[in-house]
Amino acid sequence: MSDSTSATPGLRDRLTQAINQGARRVPTWVLYIVGAVPPIWLFIAGLTGGLGVDPVKAMEHQMGEWALWLLIAGLCITPLRRFARINLLRFRRAIGLLAFFYIVGHLLVWLVLDVQILSQIWRDILKRPYITIGMAAFVLLIPLAVTSNNFSIRQMGARWRQLHKLVYLAAVLGAVHFVMLVKGFQYEPLIYLGVVLALLALRLPILSRRR
Amino acid sequence: MSRIWKSQFKDHHVTDEALYLNRRQWMAGAAGLGLGAIAGPALAAPEGLEPNSYEDITNYNNYYEFGTGKSDPAKYAHTLTTSPWTVTIDGLVDKPGDYQLEDILAKAQIEERIYRLRCVEAWSMVIPWNGFTLASLLERAGVQSGAKYVAFETAARPEEMPGLRYPVLDWPYREGLRLDEAMHPLTLMATGLYGKDLPNQNGAPIRLVVPWKYGFKSIKSITRITLQEDQPFTSWKDANHREYGFYSNVNPTVDHPRWSQATERVIGAGLFGSRRETDMYNGYGEEVASLYDGMDLQKNY
Repeated sequence: MSDSTSATPGLRDRLTQAINQGARRVPTWVLYIVGAVPPIWLFIAGLTGGLGVDPVKAMEHQMGEWALWLLIAGLCITPLRRFARINLLRFRRAIGLLAFFYIVGHLLVWLVLDVQILSQIWRDILKRPYITIGMAAFVLLIPLAVTSNNFSIRQMGARWRQLHKLVYLAAVLGAVHFVMLVKGFQYEPLIYLGVVLALLALRLPILSRRR
Repeated sequence: MSRIWKSQFKDHHVTDEALYLNRRQWMAGAAGLGLGAIAGPALAAPEGLEPNSYEDITNYNNYYEFGTGKSDPAKYAHTLTTSPWTVTIDGLVDKPGDYQLEDILAKAQIEERIYRLRCVEAWSMVIPWNGFTLASLLERAGVQSGAKYVAFETAARPEEMPGLRYPVLDWPYREGLRLDEAMHPLTLMATGLYGKDLPNQNGAPIRLVVPWKYGFKSIKSITRITLQEDQPFTSWKDANHREYGFYSNVNPTVDHPRWSQATERVIGAGLFGSRRETDMYNGYGEEVASLYDGMDLQKNY
């Protein structure tokens, strides 16, 4: 898809340029501030009765769903750059770390507010495949969160890139976790899984070589 | 409007607003207040049941015909036409036919029953139902000797039920009981809660309540009751027979393959509310355990 397909040559280029220039003006710390708002709002809403009859499940599900959005957003950065020449690379660390923090929040709600009983938590992690898978995704993301800083990138060199490919697996596991926990046949989690798989497919050599 | 009570009372005579909001204080004495004879010790509900608020009960529902979200039924179920309503009773009965709801209710003895509802999803709430025993209805239809099971069916109206567009289950929703379970005095046909007409999201105008079984057995908005010899088709068992059995009795020692059934979250307990241990047969073991004497409950889940 080159510019020749566009009705007004250059329009797409100008749009891309505008986005890229605009993005450059946004400091990355803004994302952390903005990203902190929804969980805080959610917690306050839960305390004040704004989340309905079952605030614990509402928080648990919402945090999990937002975490999936963030994982998906992180997976969009490379395809956007490659196929649309939109460069949001400088936000990827913030998006990835936010995804991790949201997953921590999701996990904390489950541990502290939902299950509460330590022995049952362990049993659930070991015995319930969807929880095992969710936990596996979380564990995979720990080294990525720990190494999401300039120092680690410098230290690790090429291995850093290798390590951070674990996010592909974590995103798939996160989506599978969602697919496995619903009752009956439901589309929503399958759509999430489809989106994750599609974003990963865009990274296949066959597709990424074609530019 | 007030279909259930019309002939005898006005809503506010039965349970006026202030009274039911204060229910917690007089709950213990409710049985004696003329809301219906809750007769005999055999029907004693687990002690100390504190009903959830009307708000809780009517905004946290699983009624997939209106969507899979817990608040979807409260949002969308208003489209269901509940009057007129016909329940077809057929199969092995002496008097098969279409029973108009008014006729059913005209002869029904409405009682209040405060039951804990334990969902298969491991949460519970306590609901003050109004209704009559399924046994009394089946007796009116005349159960024939060959009947061993009762099959139930929920209305399936695509134009009124947006959830039917999705193949979450094989619609219409169907459930079933063994005849002795159906005839058990705890088994209720509910037509109201908190002394008011049953809200649509709770299964108006008439639903089953089987308190010792997981909530999904208590089928909503019933349009058909069939007495038959064979074990009926049940929707959740059809969707996943490993996870949902025909009996689906509340049993803390038999886990759902994907989650533990040992404990349950108490709905309405707030953000820091705690769990409670799930009771065998949801606390109704004294009344119903004998129905399952000699059965392997690990197999017949």
